[in-house]
Amino acid sequence: MKRRAATAIAVVGVVAAGCSLSDGDGGTQQTPTVTLVTHDSFLAPQEVLDAFQKQSGIKVSVLKQGDAGSLTNKLVLTKANPIGDVAYGVDSTFASRALSEGVFEPYTSPEADRGPQRYAVDPEHRLSAVDVGDVCVNVDTNYFTGKGLPAPETYDDLADPKYKDLLVVEDPATASPGLAFLLGTIAKYGDAGWKDYWTKLKANGVQVVSGWEEAYTKQFSGSSGKGPRPIVVSYASSPAAEVGDDGKPRTKALLDTCYRQVEYAGVLAGGKQVENARKVVDFLLSQQFQATVAANMYVYPARQGVDLPQGWAQVAPLPQKPQTLPADQVQAGREKWIGEWRTLVQQ
Amino acid sequence: MAPIGFLVVFFAWPVVAIIGRGFAAGGLDVVLGDPRTWQLAGFTVGSAAASTVVAVLAGLPVAFLLARVRLPGVGLARTLVLVPFVLPTVVVGLAFRALWPDGGVLPIVLANAFFNVAVVARTVAGLWARLDARTTDAARALGASPWRAFRSVTLPALAPAIASAAAVVFLFCATSFGVVLILGGARYRTLETEIYLRTVDLLDLSGAAALSLIQFAAVVAALVLGGLARRRRDGARIGPRGARRPRGGEWWVVGAAGVVLALLVTPIVALLTESVSTEDGWSLAGYRALTSTGEKGALQVSGWDAALNSLKVAIDATLLAMVVGVLASVVLVALRRSPARAARGLGETMDAVLMLPLGVSAVTVGFGYLVTLDALPGDLRTSPYLVPLAQALVIIPLVVRMVLPVLRSVDVRLRQAASTLGASPLRVWREIDLPLTLRPLVAAAGFGFVVALGEFGATSFLARPTAPTLPVAVATLMARPGELNNQMAYAACALLMLVTVLAVALIDRLGRGGVGEF
Repeated sequence: MKRRAATAIAVVGVVAAGCSLSDGDGGTQQTPTVTLVTHDSFLAPQEVLDAFQKQSGIKVSVLKQGDAGSLTNKLVLTKANPIGDVAYGVDSTFASRALSEGVFEPYTSPEADRGPQRYAVDPEHRLSAVDVGDVCVNVDTNYFTGKGLPAPETYDDLADPKYKDLLVVEDPATASPGLAFLLGTIAKYGDAGWKDYWTKLKANGVQVVSGWEEAYTKQFSGSSGKGPRPIVVSYASSPAAEVGDDGKPRTKALLDTCYRQVEYAGVLAGGKQVENARKVVDFLLSQQFQATVAANMYVYPARQGVDLPQGWAQVAPLPQKPQTLPADQVQAGREKWIGEWRTLVQQ
Repeated sequence: MAPIGFLVVFFAWPVVAIIGRGFAAGGLDVVLGDPRTWQLAGFTVGSAAASTVVAVLAGLPVAFLLARVRLPGVGLARTLVLVPFVLPTVVVGLAFRALWPDGGVLPIVLANAFFNVAVVARTVAGLWARLDARTTDAARALGASPWRAFRSVTLPALAPAIASAAAVVFLFCATSFGVVLILGGARYRTLETEIYLRTVDLLDLSGAAALSLIQFAAVVAALVLGGLARRRRDGARIGPRGARRPRGGEWWVVGAAGVVLALLVTPIVALLTESVSTEDGWSLAGYRALTSTGEKGALQVSGWDAALNSLKVAIDATLLAMVVGVLASVVLVALRRSPARAARGLGETMDAVLMLPLGVSAVTVGFGYLVTLDALPGDLRTSPYLVPLAQALVIIPLVVRMVLPVLRSVDVRLRQAASTLGASPLRVWREIDLPLTLRPLVAAAGFGFVVALGEFGATSFLARPTAPTLPVAVATLMARPGELNNQMAYAACALLMLVTVLAVALIDRLGRGGVGEF
């Protein structure tokens, strides 16, 4: 009999919980819904998604799944029964893992010849480049003018005693810009020389913090936190967010210290709506969508001839000669490098 | 058996599946044989133990204040002490980082203790308020000094509550993630952060599985110790409640409690200050921005929508956890009272099993969902229902800890008398158990609600961008450049605190007389 009471409570509880739960996914039956799995930084204006729905009849449902690494790993874990139809945000650091695990199926978008193919990673075109982002060292320009000291410009400058105790970087084990910066130094100095370089950085008082938030908003002097250090590892586009009321940027990206990350989209193998998923890839590469990525995600469109937001040309131009490493080399070396870096820098 | 079914489907199955993958991948022995793994385990246990000691030492004077002192402001203190519990870890981590720019062991220990003083204070106060003061008076009359009387009479009576709270605090500290990541970087690592890194960044599931097994063992050990200590609880003599003005040396204890409260409030004040300061002076821009989606649409919904969603999700999670937790407690009490030895043993095992969700990494559960829940109808893996489910998993152990002792304390003879007089079991439950336990149930629900409001680990893993909770929105705002976003993040924290304070104040009013025990 006690069980009956218990059941009653259970039923009441479940019903009550059901009542207050939000509407969820109850989309209409007519509109096919394509689930776009992406990373946390994804941001697209609703009106652009709505316009796409109007024109194609496809509703895009966005599912964010952590950062690029976490997203890739979730796609790998669910490849037998994918959680979506199309994925966007696997970047050049993780592309090899996704490809070797067979997460994506081949699809060459008709839009790919407008620029994205420059960044192609595999001959089968399982991944199409959507955007390009460069991780660069940023400096607080006011600090350097105030001190009458020229701002550093190159990797070598960062190890110069003139700039002792001024640089803050992210840990490559815990933050993707940190990893990109480490990869940049490896691309620059090679497998033989990067450790020497980091030894010098360490001697020059580099500070390592765990995440971008802390480095940029707390330790860096050029942004909201007014922290103590005027040199930080961030993005080439970061100065666009630091334009003062006078229209002048307070920070600058050092274009000789950049490492390029390309973000890709692809159709998930084993998804239920392959045709519609392809149309979503086309949409991500379309002029319409590409024009939104800079303002919303602080990255550069992969497509050629897309206008950047006003002022970006002066404040946040796309670096011309960034460092890069082939995706398979990153895949093969990533863990080893991080391990060596830990031993070297954190002893 | 419903609670067990729930835990099996939404906890055991995903965890076993993901750890099983690690086993299948092989290499477990390599990780277990690596001395660095054991250093990691040692640091985890050591720092969590240190945090627990700090939290207990800081929590005891506050418990005295809440339980024994009648002074204006004690009610406020009771509410305030819970606020740190719901603060987003990224915010607290950055606050401690501001005080200790180099990070390190000390801020990790202190920050973890900061979150958990409330657990000790409120748990111990719950029992302390009901201790029979006459035993202490008797000891004093026999010539014992106040300190001696405390040591030989009060402290032993409080020991079970202290041990129970310490076990819970230890679990929270040993599995805390954000604090260690922010304050320790990659230099000071714990099992939890290493499980996270290996799973999320490296997809090294066998490494993560090996570490999960070690963490599991540590958690079970803490639970067993806590359980052994709790078993001696019945020794405490319950008497009339006696809060009065402090006298003599008691003022020192009240002073110590005041110092602890001041230390707890400092980061809260710093956070409020940060939410209203801009480079052009004071401004409420961050609060005004809560009606928007942030600078350049950092969020997909407005701050207020996130707050509403937080409330909704926390209500769902609390209801779910209450249903499962109360049912589980009812079963546990029945098993404990059973004359059969096997049944009692089963009860104790089940009691420990119900606590396990506190000790398993959120990332393990989250990745486990990905590889298991597609087998259920409706493919729950990407459902919005997962967030309340996961939060309920975190709250259920707390609900059980709070409800169980109360249910157990219902005098069996009352129930037997009612039955003899012809009442049906349902009627017995309604007339005897429910009135006696209603207030503690409300208190448990309130506490669960507060925990759900602040839950970040599992929620950030499962929440959808169109329906973030406040802590998730704070983290998102923090991860975007722009001063307004930063201020809005702090304003959202302030909002979270406000909701917490209101909820706790309301619950304390409704549940007055209930215990605050875990």
